[in-house]
Amino acid sequence: MTFVHDTLTVFNRQLRLSLRNPAWVVIALMQPILYLALFGPLLTKLPAGTLDGGAGTGGTADAYRFFVPGLLIQLGLFGSTFVGFAIISDWRGGVIERYRVTPVSRLSIMLGRVLRDVIVLVVQAVILVLAGVAFGLRAPVTAVLLSLGFIVLVAVGLASVSYATALTLKSEDAFAPMLNSVIVPLVLLSGIMLPMTLAPGWLQGVARISPFRYIIDAMREAFAGHYANTIMLEGVAVAFGLALVCLWLGSRVFIKENA
Amino acid sequence: MSIIEAQGLARTFKSRKRTVEAVRGVDLRVSGGEIVGFLGPNGAGKTTTLRMLTTLLEPTAGTATVAGADLLRDPVGVRRRIGYVPQAIGQTMGGTDPGALVEEELHEQAALYRLGKADARRRADQLIAQLDLGGLDRRLVKTLSGGQRRRLEIALGLVHEPSLVFLDEPTTGLDPQSRSNLWDHIRRLRSGMGTTVFLTTHYLEEADALCDRVFIIDHGVIVAEGTPDELKRRVSGDVVILQVNGARQRARELLAAHDIVQDVTATDDGTLRLNVAHGAEALPVLLRVLDDAGVTMASINLSRPTLDDVFLTMTGRSLRDDSASARQDGSAGAGAAGDAGGSSGTANAAANAAADADADAADAGSADSATAGTRR
Repeated sequence: MTFVHDTLTVFNRQLRLSLRNPAWVVIALMQPILYLALFGPLLTKLPAGTLDGGAGTGGTADAYRFFVPGLLIQLGLFGSTFVGFAIISDWRGGVIERYRVTPVSRLSIMLGRVLRDVIVLVVQAVILVLAGVAFGLRAPVTAVLLSLGFIVLVAVGLASVSYATALTLKSEDAFAPMLNSVIVPLVLLSGIMLPMTLAPGWLQGVARISPFRYIIDAMREAFAGHYANTIMLEGVAVAFGLALVCLWLGSRVFIKENA
Repeated sequence: MSIIEAQGLARTFKSRKRTVEAVRGVDLRVSGGEIVGFLGPNGAGKTTTLRMLTTLLEPTAGTATVAGADLLRDPVGVRRRIGYVPQAIGQTMGGTDPGALVEEELHEQAALYRLGKADARRRADQLIAQLDLGGLDRRLVKTLSGGQRRRLEIALGLVHEPSLVFLDEPTTGLDPQSRSNLWDHIRRLRSGMGTTVFLTTHYLEEADALCDRVFIIDHGVIVAEGTPDELKRRVSGDVVILQVNGARQRARELLAAHDIVQDVTATDDGTLRLNVAHGAEALPVLLRVLDDAGVTMASINLSRPTLDDVFLTMTGRSLRDDSASARQDGSAGAGAAGDAGGSSGTANAAANAAADADADAADAGSADSATAGTRR
């Protein structure tokens, strides 16, 4: 019980600090909304079958069923990986050290923050989906809820690993280029903008290394109304696997004696 | 009963190229209710030792019992019973978030010690009153002055009413008024609640004014231990500083020849500095010697040795010019220890040297510290 209490204590603090400047939650949405508004329309002009591996009908609804899952993952890739910056400034402020001398569980110091990041990302995801609907997205509610489930797992994984990396590097100057060098290839290899099926064989092969590729594919299946197939199974397995591995990596750093 | 007992506490840091022995085996015994100071220059191993005693750093060797819990087997037990206030300069700051409200910080810190909401509010109100933070509870931390913020950080370390509190460089970077004010607060911790205070400092005045007992640490080992007076007594004798009208060389020869004088040095500012065993007895003798020789004096000043002299005697160097060693330790990768505040800490010490004198005068504690002020 103390573990839950500790995690909630850390969560409450982080949430309160976030809510003190709620504008940032909205400003972080600017990037995906711009993509939705300025890149989405390009996809609506593609011939039928381009986006869904030959099965798609083409047109606006089809384009956004393809694009919104990709943007949700992109939101996570940028939003949840940047949380590490905050922990560097907290470390520099001596806040992390102060927490580590209290009896509070050291894992809670991370989990309370991750929980806040999950909430923030889910709120952003809901707004993004609603914006998508405004642009012409038509998808089953079940698919949207399922996507939010994926988003939760992605946020847990990315935020944990972001905190762990940032707390190990302890320098914004090192963390920023590190993020860039990881995120850009992941964005490119996950088929966020265009389907990886358009890629030549070697690139499709390389893209198999991005876990987000599987998650996006599964979300797109759901948006198209298909829930029971191998793609969905792969997506769910990869999402859980990613979250668990990243949580484990993160907790190792936080439990370590000298973080 | 001792509240801290440590044997052979040691810590080495390994970097790719070399191994740094930040602390090489420290034995400590602190009794309940004491105010104890850990005195040493930057990079001496003060903070590393403190971080080991507060469970932030695992010792590479040695054992310790802190506040009744075993440091290695029950670190959570130690954490539950101690308070810790990190240093507010150098690599990391004092532990408050600039974007948080004062009362929020206090309530949340209480929650970290699993105090209930009502208890948390009660303690926060007590501490706000006790540490002169009244009226600041709804202010953002970033709007506080340096002294206010430091007092908040100390309040955070006291939320759970620990019997033992560690203060890492509690007054570094504060102006003289805030510093002597904070000294009063630290004294009151002991007199009011019987709290044991373990602090580190590189200010001799602070150790002198505040501590019942002082450990002098240098290069990772404790080189001396005792009450400030005991330590000062170890430096043989007192210091007499006198200024003669002309005939300085002759006066110097006369005095050097006398049995009662152990050593004479001519200082740059035109005075003579004499070491004597018992200053009070030596003064009339010195006066007579000079008078007989027809040398007149402009001034004479007797002062007992300060901890600065003790440090000089024990380590062969002055606390004031520790920059070389600090720089050396900093580059050796002891940065991880947090102790090597490096050049910034040193610059700070230098900038504060003048301010210290004022603080002492304002404090008007012992005659020793008053002389320490005038001698500098």
